[in-house]
Amino acid sequence: MFKITTEVITGEEVREAVEGPDAGAVVLFFGTVRNNTHGRPVRCLEYEAYPPMAEKKMAEIAQEISEKWGLDRVAMIHRVGKLEIGEVSVAVAVASPHRKDGFEACKYAMDRLKQIVPIWKREVWADGEAEWVKPDAVFFDAPKPHKTDPQTD
Amino acid sequence: MNVTVKYFAVCHEMLDRSEEEMDLPEGATVETILKRLEEEWPEIAEFYEVMQMSVNWEYATENTELTEGDEVALIPPVTGGLDV
Repeated sequence: MFKITTEVITGEEVREAVEGPDAGAVVLFFGTVRNNTHGRPVRCLEYEAYPPMAEKKMAEIAQEISEKWGLDRVAMIHRVGKLEIGEVSVAVAVASPHRKDGFEACKYAMDRLKQIVPIWKREVWADGEAEWVKPDAVFFDAPKPHKTDPQTD
Repeated sequence: MNVTVKYFAVCHEMLDRSEEEMDLPEGATVETILKRLEEEWPEIAEFYEVMQMSVNWEYATENTELTEGDEVALIPPVTGGLDV
C-alpha cells in the first residue's frame, strides 16, 4: 500500500497491508504534528501532495528496500490537508523475519520519503502567520501571488 | 503540442494557479516551459535553483524533451514526513 489520503491515519491500514505468517516483526512508524518548530508555537500544519507521483515514488522506495534488505512487505501512507497538533501525518510499516532489518528498513523508508516523495508542509504559526517549509528548516516566504494587470505594477 | 503544467506549494502561490495547459512548439523541452514562466514573472528564476521538475511523474531535467499530452510539474523542495 502506497497512498496519499485526506482521512485520519490509524496505522491499522499499513499494519494490515504488511502482516503475514513469515513476519517475526512489524515495525510501525508514525510521524505526528508537533506543537512547535525550533521553539516557535505551531497552530497546525497543512500538507499538500502530488498524489500520483508521490505514490509512484513510495513504490520505488519499497523496491529499493526489497533490493537492500530482501523485504517485500512495506506500506506507506501520508495524509494531506490541515492537520491538528498530535495527529498522524505519515505512517510506515515494514514486516521482516527479524527486527533488526525491519528497524533499518523503516528508517530508510522515512529518510527516502523526505528526499524524493513530492509532499510539502506549510506551518501555520500560533500567531496566524504561515510559511512553506524548506528541507533545511530555513523558511522562505512565498512572494505575493503574481498579477499580470499592468495597472498594479 | 499541448502539455499540462502543474504547480505545487510555493509555486502554486507564486503563480496564483495550480495548473494550466501550454501550447508548445515541436521539440520543446522542460526548459521551454521554465523560460516561458520566467518571461511572465522574472523573479521565479531565483527559485529554479532549488526546484526540480517532473515529466509524467518522474524527475526530469531541463533538457528532457516533451511530447503531446505530457504532464509536467514544478517540484519545490519536498518536506513530507516530519523533522525527526
